[in-house]
Amino acid sequence: MSDSSRSDSAGRAAASPPDPSRRTAIGLTAAVGAVGGAAAVVPFVASFAPSERAKAAGAPVEIDVSAMQPGDLKRVEWRGKPVWVLRRTPEMLETLKSTEPQVADPGSLRTAYPTPEYARNPHRSIKAEYLVVVGICSHLGCSPTDKFQTGPQASLPDDWGGGFLCPCHGSTFDLAGRVFKNKPAPDNLEVPPHVYLSDTRILIGEDKA
Amino acid sequence: MAQQKEIETTGLLGWIDQRFPLTSTVKAHLSEYYAPKNFNFWYFFGSLAMLVLVIQIVTGIFLVMHYKPDASLNDAGIPVAFASIEYIMRDVQWGWLVRYLHSTGASAFFVVVYLHMFRGLIYGSYRKPRELVWIFGCLIFLSLMAEAFFGYLLPWGQMSYWGAQVIVNLFAAIPFIGPELSVWIRGDYVVGDATLNRFFAFHVIAIPLVLLGLVAAHIVALHEVGSNNPDGVDIKAQKDATGKPVDGIPFHPYYTVHDILGVSVFLIAFSAIVFFAPEFGGYFLEYNNFIPADPLKTPAHIAPVWYFTPYYSVLRAVTDDFLLYWMTPFLIAFALLVLVTGRSGLIKLITLLAVGALVGGFMLIEAKFWGVVGMGAAVMILFALPWIDNSPVRSIRYRPDWHKWVYGTFVVVFVVLGYLGVKPPEPMLNLMAQIGTLLYFAFFMLMPWWSAMGSFKSVPHRVTFAAH
Repeated sequence: MSDSSRSDSAGRAAASPPDPSRRTAIGLTAAVGAVGGAAAVVPFVASFAPSERAKAAGAPVEIDVSAMQPGDLKRVEWRGKPVWVLRRTPEMLETLKSTEPQVADPGSLRTAYPTPEYARNPHRSIKAEYLVVVGICSHLGCSPTDKFQTGPQASLPDDWGGGFLCPCHGSTFDLAGRVFKNKPAPDNLEVPPHVYLSDTRILIGEDKA
Repeated sequence: MAQQKEIETTGLLGWIDQRFPLTSTVKAHLSEYYAPKNFNFWYFFGSLAMLVLVIQIVTGIFLVMHYKPDASLNDAGIPVAFASIEYIMRDVQWGWLVRYLHSTGASAFFVVVYLHMFRGLIYGSYRKPRELVWIFGCLIFLSLMAEAFFGYLLPWGQMSYWGAQVIVNLFAAIPFIGPELSVWIRGDYVVGDATLNRFFAFHVIAIPLVLLGLVAAHIVALHEVGSNNPDGVDIKAQKDATGKPVDGIPFHPYYTVHDILGVSVFLIAFSAIVFFAPEFGGYFLEYNNFIPADPLKTPAHIAPVWYFTPYYSVLRAVTDDFLLYWMTPFLIAFALLVLVTGRSGLIKLITLLAVGALVGGFMLIEAKFWGVVGMGAAVMILFALPWIDNSPVRSIRYRPDWHKWVYGTFVVVFVVLGYLGVKPPEPMLNLMAQIGTLLYFAFFMLMPWWSAMGSFKSVPHRVTFAAH
């Protein structure tokens, strides 16, 4: 077959299809094929979502705080995340008054990580002494470091009264887990649903015992 | 039977050429691909990137034979994935070498690719008709970043874990769909076994396939239009009687042999690092990654590996103050500049709408989201280069001398941003990162104006070349 005859037949084909009735069939076939192809993507995309086992995980965790001294911080794992229980000293609670005007959301009113009704108070906890928060920064998910020592130090303001510093992007939180203004993190530390089973036992993950 | 194809070869090669375009492909891409004869030092890095790609694929295959993507804890309480890396390092014969070749190769890949991109930048290799070569190259760079990110989770150390945690949470900053999107990416509510396994799948098969396809497209596009050169001269404009460019030489044997020199020097440096400093002071293998992943505790100082730090600095630089006092005035000034000097009404309209949308968005959506946008934009803006460079010449050699200071400043800004990205957050350093971020974007956004300014030197008809 020579080049000239090939281009001739191609030219004719473009001008008028030899069998116009087939064009509709070709178009329909392609359209049905595209729909089928798109439908085939669905199971693959869905397989990326958390599995049933991952969804089922996350049972509540019980903590015993009887051995904690004032100033102690206890870390437990709940749904793969660190939950902190901080037994605050009276001096620690006192600092919350001075940080009140410096924090972005003193009333815990933002809704991205809704604070439970029972913790929507200046100390953000059920009992003023015990702070229970998820130790994950609301910026990009690092776990802040406790910085209980007061006064000037690296990465912190000179009038630091104790709190938490996120090592990743420098967000700072006061001793009620409230984020300071003009920091990368938009929200206070999340207060998980929790309830006191007795004076010294806390159940994390559920509101009602 | 079809008509016999006309071929010049005989014997076995002839038999093959009847059935497969072997000789013609070798000719088109090697022995009769004419490359400019004035290639200099900067032209080693393309072939070196290919070499590193091969090193990564070969060492990667052998690592997969011993590695286990499993986040569950073994009897000793160590995550299985972390333990399998230690097993490779201590018990697999020569495993330490294979692993160090792979980990050093990752950093080497970015070294040669950054230098390769810089070459394209200073010699205008992205200019018409090489726009697609550049775009394929940018896509390779993006894939490489994805490949490095996915691979970094696999050792399941502290930096692996918290690095992945931060980057996946970037997606959570997207309004409305963000939180669900980040869960979808992780496959769980926290970075866990599901995340590790899918990142493993991406790292060992999905991204490498994309990467290989893009590399092929990059080279095919390059060979279609021909290589640029340090003078930015079009060698196809001057051909001899047989139709060969007078300033071109066949890639093989001239540049294949030439590249052996580059490969030798590269391998000397590469081997020195692999054998004597594989951690490279904590920059190639971060110290915190020798600690198994602990979901309850972020290391005191976390930073990405060095090749991501310039973009990480951009991410950290974006705060409410930065958007209000720096970016908003800059964008408004930019819009005015376009309004005053722009020639097309459409471009003026698009600029006004875009700047309006951005400034409005700064007020409505929190800074965290814009940090993510800024980091993405810092990479994506590279794609625009072929269309924002208005200089009448390609190569820096024939540009006004002060352009060299502009490029020099850009390089300094990029390196400083990279340095700041490994440092812990400090107010003073953050201010520097904010200035750097603004300069980084100004370099590209103002390029349509500054690249056309000044008195340009006349470009010769032939390349500058002295036989040696």
